[in-house]
Amino acid sequence: MFDFFKGFGVTFSTMFKKVVTEEYPEDFPPAAPRYHGRHQLNRHPDGLEKCVGCELCAWACPADAIFVEGGDNTEEARFSPGERYGADYQINYLRCIGCGLCIEACPTRSLTMTNFYELADDNRQDLIYTKEQLLAPLLPGMEQPPHPMRLGKDEQDYYVQGPVLARQGVESDPVGEQVR
Amino acid sequence: MTTTETETVTLTIDGIEVTAPKGEILIRTCERLGIIVPRFCDHPLLEPAGACRQCLVEVEMGGRPMPKPQASCTMTVADGMVVKTQHTSPVADKAQQGVMELLLINHPLDCPICDKGGECPLQNQAMSTGRTDSRFVETKRTFPKPLPISSQVLLDRERCVLCQRCTRFSDEIAGDPFIDLLERGANQQIGTAEDKPFQSYFSGNTIQICPVGALTSAAYRFRSRPFDLKSTPSVCEHCSSGCASRTDTRRGQVMRKLAGNDPEVNEEWLCDKGRFAFRYLGAKQRITRPLLRDESGQLVEVSWTEALRVAAEGLLAARGNRGIGVLAGGRLTREDAYAYAKFARVAAGTHDVDFRARPHSAEELAFLQTQLTPTVTFAAVEAAPSVLTVGMDLEEESGILFLRVRKAVRKHGQRVFTLGQWSTPGVEKTHATLIKSVPGAEASVLRELSVGGELVDALSATGSVILVGDRAAEVPGLHSAVAELATRTGAQVAWVPRRAGDRGALEVGAVPTLLPGGRPVTDAAARAEVERAWGVTLSAEPGRSTDEILAAAASGALSGLVVGGVDPHDLADPAAALAGLANVGFLVSLEIMTSAVTELADVVLPVAPDAHRAGTYVNWEGRHRPFAPSLDGGGVLPDCRVLDTLAVEMDVDLFTQTPSAAAGDLDRLGPYTGTFTAPTERPGSTPRPAQVGSAVLATWRQLLDDGALQVDEPALAGTARAPRVRANAATAERLGLTEGGQASVATDRGAITLPVELADLPDGVVWLPAHSPGSQVRSTLGVGHGALVRVTAG
Ligand code: SF4
Ligand code: SF4
Ligand code: SF4
Ligand code: FES
Repeated sequence: MFDFFKGFGVTFSTMFKKVVTEEYPEDFPPAAPRYHGRHQLNRHPDGLEKCVGCELCAWACPADAIFVEGGDNTEEARFSPGERYGADYQINYLRCIGCGLCIEACPTRSLTMTNFYELADDNRQDLIYTKEQLLAPLLPGMEQPPHPMRLGKDEQDYYVQGPVLARQGVESDPVGEQVR
Repeated sequence: MTTTETETVTLTIDGIEVTAPKGEILIRTCERLGIIVPRFCDHPLLEPAGACRQCLVEVEMGGRPMPKPQASCTMTVADGMVVKTQHTSPVADKAQQGVMELLLINHPLDCPICDKGGECPLQNQAMSTGRTDSRFVETKRTFPKPLPISSQVLLDRERCVLCQRCTRFSDEIAGDPFIDLLERGANQQIGTAEDKPFQSYFSGNTIQICPVGALTSAAYRFRSRPFDLKSTPSVCEHCSSGCASRTDTRRGQVMRKLAGNDPEVNEEWLCDKGRFAFRYLGAKQRITRPLLRDESGQLVEVSWTEALRVAAEGLLAARGNRGIGVLAGGRLTREDAYAYAKFARVAAGTHDVDFRARPHSAEELAFLQTQLTPTVTFAAVEAAPSVLTVGMDLEEESGILFLRVRKAVRKHGQRVFTLGQWSTPGVEKTHATLIKSVPGAEASVLRELSVGGELVDALSATGSVILVGDRAAEVPGLHSAVAELATRTGAQVAWVPRRAGDRGALEVGAVPTLLPGGRPVTDAAARAEVERAWGVTLSAEPGRSTDEILAAAASGALSGLVVGGVDPHDLADPAAALAGLANVGFLVSLEIMTSAVTELADVVLPVAPDAHRAGTYVNWEGRHRPFAPSLDGGGVLPDCRVLDTLAVEMDVDLFTQTPSAAAGDLDRLGPYTGTFTAPTERPGSTPRPAQVGSAVLATWRQLLDDGALQVDEPALAGTARAPRVRANAATAERLGLTEGGQASVATDRGAITLPVELADLPDGVVWLPAHSPGSQVRSTLGVGHGALVRVTAG
């Protein structure tokens, strides 16, 4: 007789506990702060790209998900401080395993990972993200490259005084690394 | 070199006893033992410098240790020496680590943006011999960067480790000492003199041997990383030396070319043309689809099936009418040239086939027949006591051979004679004795000198060599004079054509008088061999040369032409050639790029450039230089395949579907064993002494010019020698020219205007680069070497 209630014991007790189920997609719960989500190519405070097209991320990637091709900055068309910039940049999210080795390899902290995790689609082509999709959005005070270096006369100024310059720029989240 | 016993010494390295030839450099002995001592400045082909101090080892001589670690790249081995490298000696290890730390003090953290990253001896050796952290906390020395030392070579002084490989290369090997060490101490740097840009035909080699990323090339800058590249061993297509190279591709595009290491041919060098001229592969002029001329006279893209059908129908009609001529061009592999030779005989039914897409003569052909089995090699040229060059400027027309000759001059004082017009940079850098001649009179000059004297004495030394360029064909009687001189002195003769395919095409019978293997058309037995192999009957009458074929086409004596990579503007009379191409009834062109021929063609069939085809070049030594494609497909087929399919449409089989099939078919024929006699032509009439306002024209091509395979290479073009009119001071004065002012050289057809530069030409002679920007001698003037031209100032 009590077997019936015994059998439902688990059911009834669970009914009164806090649920762990996420109401996704109605609800959009944030991921853990250090979650390895979609990548982002960051910018210097004046909007120039941090990526120097060095391909170290591509080199580090165990899944061969990244494609980079460097390019030459000229005085007329400057995309990053210094001589070199990432002219072509693609990440293939069909391949990426979210390991984060690429962001560890990046010498300029250009490549970081955001918390964005909605990386699914119904075709392969759209899962190859291009540079335009990966670049961080322009925040106030930033200017769409190409444009000349606004924060110093050469790349040293950007790297050596980067944090200082950044603080002078926008108060919070200067380089937009924490965009959702 | 003799193989008599060389003296040896016995020494101990890291506890291993080793015997080494006396005089060997310690670092080489270590290498042979498999012990790698880190190094930067040491290079096996350059003189020891001991500049970087990275190769320190501990040395004990006669039981007494030397007070300090020694540089193993400058020290020669000695009997009883006891050497301890970093593997067994803490002292050597510490010394090497110290040197590395010192080198890195001022080295920027540029690896991520440096082209050398990933294949950098400094990176690698910093890992193997360096400490993980630096004690240097001060600010590093910086320089503005990059510093263009030419339009192609960029210098980043911060990265330089002052190993002096580049300066030693330019000074010792190329002989262009334009880059050098400047300043002293921490400010020591590589640089160029203000007024002299680093203008060298071999500058690319400095980029390859720089052990850091201090020298980079404008063309390859930031294009890729070593791990992106797919490397294929390749053979350079730009001249007849057949240099070993390495083609690096990424995503179906050639990114760069590097010199391969072939001690018998190019050692480790390439000229800049071979290294940097490859963008033609992606040029907008490239053709990759068959084209057909429609009713409105426009070329339209069609399918292969349709193009081949129309081509075959047109050629069959032409064959039935007055016949077909075949012009093969000088850029073919042996296999492709064989396909042309066989196509002419089997499908077109004629001996009217010629590879010579440049001025040529019947005398030349007779001379070439004696050159079918070459005996001279790079090594023989290097060992020769004396060398005479005829009809060629070594540096401009065969860069790698020039380096060999220069090496011989430096190493054992080889005597070089150059039959030419002025002391070109190449003449000066080989310390050559210039035998000056009025253009066109070279044959008589050589004959006069053959009587006896310095030249004959020098060439009589055993092993001497006479190098004959293909420009010799522009001077009547010159080949005969060379043959005579060779007989008198016993010197060996080597034909060094300018183009990569010339010798191969000669060997496989793409000439009117010879069948494959050098079998004369007129020799019944030899002909019968080919007839048996091919299953056809061949006429005993030799065919016509390129000029004769084009003249016949112009006059209507030929109804069809099949033309390979021929540029009519390279021929003796471009106007006549164009007339032939325009008037012929049916013109089929096999090309990689649009050209003057494709503009006139009825059917254009695209063929594969080197990167897309396999094949074998035969270099001037007669050495076979096989190569595989470095890029897949690309939708283009090699000439031999296109001709094979075209022949099938014409109902005959060539059996040249692939380069290897063609090679198999060719090799079954084997070589011809008969001999030929040298030509004995008298020199032509010497050009008249120039009258007022006129001069005799001397002209030849420069290494870097307007060549079809050099399109789309602005950085390379920037290192070319500036086109100039040259004359000697007296002639310039007589003609009213001033150095630096403009001069115009004219004929009835047109005029070329360029700045004047004085040079030591013979009186009454002016020189023009043959095919440089603003100086297209044949097409503008309609004449060439040895012609009379009008010269005026302005
Ligand atoms: S997270 Fe890992 S797998 Fe994804 S791109 Fe970066 S390195 Fe490659
Ligand atoms: S994202 Fe970073 S590691 Fe990748 S290419 Fe750009 S700078 Fe180099
Ligand atoms: S530029 Fe390169 S090759 Fe020349 S001295 Fe410096 S490190 Fe050596
Ligand atoms: S390699 Fe010996 S001193 Fe440079």
